[in-house]
Amino acid sequence: MPPPVANVLKSRADADEWRNLINDRPRGLDRRRRITNKVALGAITAAFCLAIAPLVSVLWTVVSAGLNRIDVEFFTQSMRGVIGEGGGALHAIMGTIQITLAAAVISVPVGILAAVYLVEYGRGAFARTLTLLVDVMTGIPSIVAGLFAFALFSLAFGPGVRAGVAGAVALSLLMTPVVIRSAEEMLRLVPTELREASQALGAPKYRTITDVVLPTAASGITAGVMLGISRIVGETAPLLLVAGFTDSMNYNLFSGRMASLPVFIYSQWQNKGVDAAAYDDRAWSAALTLIAFVFVLNLASRMANRFLGAKAR
Amino acid sequence: MAAILAEPGAGVRTAAPSDLTGAGRRKERRTDQLAKWTVLASGAAIVVVLAGVALFLLIQGAPALTAAASELPYQVDFWSLAGPLAFGSVWVSGLALLFATPIAVAVALFISRLAPRSVSRYCGIAVDLLAAVPSVVYGLWGIMVLAPNLAVCYRWLSENMGWFPLFAGTPSATGRTILTAALVLAVMVMPIMASVCREVFAQTPTATSEAALALGATKWETIRLAVLPFGRSGIISGAMLGLGRALGETMAIAMVLSPTPLLVSLQLLNSTNPNTVAAMIAQTFPEANGLQVNALITLGLVLFAITFVVNAFARRLARPKPEA
Amino acid sequence: MRECLAQAMRMITKLSRSGMAVLALGVILSGCAANEAPVVSDSPVATNTNTNTAPALQGTLVGGGASSQTAAQEAWRAGFQTTYSAVTVDYDPTGSGTGRSSFSSGGFAFAGTDDAFSVEEAAGAFAGCSAGTGLVEIPVYISPIAVAFNLPDVPTLNLDPATIAKIFAGKIKSWDDKAIAAANPGVKLPNTAITAVHRSDKSGTTGNFTDYLAETASAEWTWGAVEQWPEKLAGEAADKTQGVREAITSAAGAIGYLDASQAADLGTVAIKVGSDYVQHSAEGAAAAVAASKLETGRAATDIVFDLDRKQTTSKAYPLVLVSYLVACGQYQDANTAELVRTYFEHAVSTAGQQAAANQAGSAPLNSELTSLVSDAISKIK
Repeated sequence: MPPPVANVLKSRADADEWRNLINDRPRGLDRRRRITNKVALGAITAAFCLAIAPLVSVLWTVVSAGLNRIDVEFFTQSMRGVIGEGGGALHAIMGTIQITLAAAVISVPVGILAAVYLVEYGRGAFARTLTLLVDVMTGIPSIVAGLFAFALFSLAFGPGVRAGVAGAVALSLLMTPVVIRSAEEMLRLVPTELREASQALGAPKYRTITDVVLPTAASGITAGVMLGISRIVGETAPLLLVAGFTDSMNYNLFSGRMASLPVFIYSQWQNKGVDAAAYDDRAWSAALTLIAFVFVLNLASRMANRFLGAKAR
Repeated sequence: MAAILAEPGAGVRTAAPSDLTGAGRRKERRTDQLAKWTVLASGAAIVVVLAGVALFLLIQGAPALTAAASELPYQVDFWSLAGPLAFGSVWVSGLALLFATPIAVAVALFISRLAPRSVSRYCGIAVDLLAAVPSVVYGLWGIMVLAPNLAVCYRWLSENMGWFPLFAGTPSATGRTILTAALVLAVMVMPIMASVCREVFAQTPTATSEAALALGATKWETIRLAVLPFGRSGIISGAMLGLGRALGETMAIAMVLSPTPLLVSLQLLNSTNPNTVAAMIAQTFPEANGLQVNALITLGLVLFAITFVVNAFARRLARPKPEA
Repeated sequence: MRECLAQAMRMITKLSRSGMAVLALGVILSGCAANEAPVVSDSPVATNTNTNTAPALQGTLVGGGASSQTAAQEAWRAGFQTTYSAVTVDYDPTGSGTGRSSFSSGGFAFAGTDDAFSVEEAAGAFAGCSAGTGLVEIPVYISPIAVAFNLPDVPTLNLDPATIAKIFAGKIKSWDDKAIAAANPGVKLPNTAITAVHRSDKSGTTGNFTDYLAETASAEWTWGAVEQWPEKLAGEAADKTQGVREAITSAAGAIGYLDASQAADLGTVAIKVGSDYVQHSAEGAAAAVAASKLETGRAATDIVFDLDRKQTTSKAYPLVLVSYLVACGQYQDANTAELVRTYFEHAVSTAGQQAAANQAGSAPLNSELTSLVSDAISKIK
């Protein structure tokens, strides 16, 4: 039921506006209102262009500066043994893939199960507390997540421990609320009729969930997971704190420093050697790779949403 | 977010209840209980982890609160260190919000109301994609492209409007000031706020805007009378979301700003600027040892507390109001 | 039509989901870097002509500390890891203080530091070292610190320590000041404001620069030798050497202090030594160090310089940074000892020092220092 007009009259001024509109009707638009309209719409369009300009500038800079080093060497070599020119970012790319997958392995099951709890089982104080805490988790600054992972690992293994898995733990702290939120939304959209039909056929609750609810929401949940991954792929601060960086490939998440794309970009920018241009080139090319990765994930998430099933609205 | 589901009924496998014997039904009930406990355990895990976060940070950070000044960064006691940094975080985020909110509202209005249908969808996708650009890229852009160009503007501002207290002092020749950092933050935060506002504006009840149009309102008047009042709380909630994100922003500020430790200053154009909590932690953590590490962890807790308050405020505002 | 499209997308997604898994697997399996194959790499600085006769050293060596050594460590690690391809050496530029404390606690197998351990600390206990075996502390990196500026059309300026101190203390605010003009007759100095750039992070470069100012211009520089720039002083703050360089390059009228290797296209200051003005150079730095005495009261393997900033040796450049490598006298783990010893030997070898000079602009150790240092290295067990 749309709210009555009276509900939007928040002030006397608003009421006067509406009254003027009604009274003006026979006379039509006067110049003042037409000009105000043009000016306001023009201002909005100008603001839009002003907003787009820096974003276009960022993309343009990254693409034009990053194309310099997009070559085979960049994607097949690490920085081990490389001084000045040459070398590549393979160790950073592999590190990002490993750390992100590990973070997903931690957050996705926990996130989906928690969302199932909130939607299917949750009643009462515990569910309300959990919702509140998920809200809190959404707002954790990334550097605090990194500090937490550092505190955890230094309590357990002593200070100075740097490992890929610590970075994965910090990132999962950031990814879990995203997964829970989107899974929750998707699960709530499954029509109750489906659940009721399943239960009418005699399926116990867990069967209903695994065979009816989850498959129905699966594509939306996948989209949410991809969104979560695209959020953590670009995080620098936690990895800077706990995963460190290195020049060489590291295939072991549990021991030794592991490079990652965002930290690679930062360290190439920060620790330039004598041939500064070579470091700059690598940094921009890594930035281009990272942005391409994030965009592909985002677009794939949208396509999964769009093409796999009927819109509920 | 559009609600997307697989076709209803996909994957339903019917059970044949008459097939189950008493034992089968008991096994089913046990599995049901097991499922319930698993799911509950996941929820509990999250609570435990968050409690653990707070606890670990408190344990590791507490020694810094009582430490002697000589052990901490810049040789001051903890609160003298945290105060200026907290000011810096709030100041730069506030500035960013000041710039980003009107622009985000304008972008949302443009996409949802002004642009032709065919263009608006792509604009919307573009703005959402730009929300996903990592902050280290914005940092690179800020220091290499924006700061040098802004330095020229700062010189002009200082010469012509130096009487304004915020523009006093010697302008920075490199452009790496808190105003530049605030602008970079505004560019980062705007797409997020714009998508929240877009969603809110899309939910304006059509009856009200159609009523305005029927009464002869111009497009702008429709927006002002029907869309904006309805979306006011949504805009504020989006602004708080942006504020939360800006407060936690680390890398862009660490790369762009030229900080002076312990400084509290409102001047926008100088080389000497207050630093923010997150940037300070990122810059000093790799080289910190001993009690300095504990101090940085406590600083992280202070930041967490600030963002928690902001987010709580946003949640309060976003809670749907009871119908009149 | 829509159903057809939806079905097609479903199939594509299903395929690509498994395809993506295969792709990911392929990437992971093929994620072996081309430059880390166990055969000779194509690194341009390969100093290995005898990989087949190199002993089979293996393991991971983790050290860290002074960030001033980062570029040199890159050069040493590149050469070392090329010769010994089964060894990974990591150097974490955590800063001298953290380097020393991590070495004490056993987190690092070796440390790089701009400030040597004090005599009392050197006699203390170090985890990872066998008790009572002392330290091996050697200077490995000698680098001049340049005072660089950005004035178009002015490639070099003569300045004495007092003027430099006043500039960085904010007392001299403009380039056409009398003090600068007096020392540079005939140079056209513009009326630009001076932007003094300093390091925002704790840094050995700052420590050595302020030490130089404190000793040679004690009346004008009253803040002592500090690694963290005094917060009362105004000026532009930049993070790390490259930050200082970028700040100087992007602002006309800027002046700052940084490692000389990064001052390549910038105008640099010739500082007054005795009665001459001396430009920065690796040879000048080496001469300044050679003219300084070693600290007394230390063990034979603890080689630390007491740099003489006020010296007037001809052509010496006393604004110099000396950085040390620290190792245990005897390690609890024999493999670590061998790795550390071999790595240090590589670092001080002619090839290693030359590689560092190329990469970081440092001054290679002279022959007598090299033999003194090699002696100490050989004692690492």
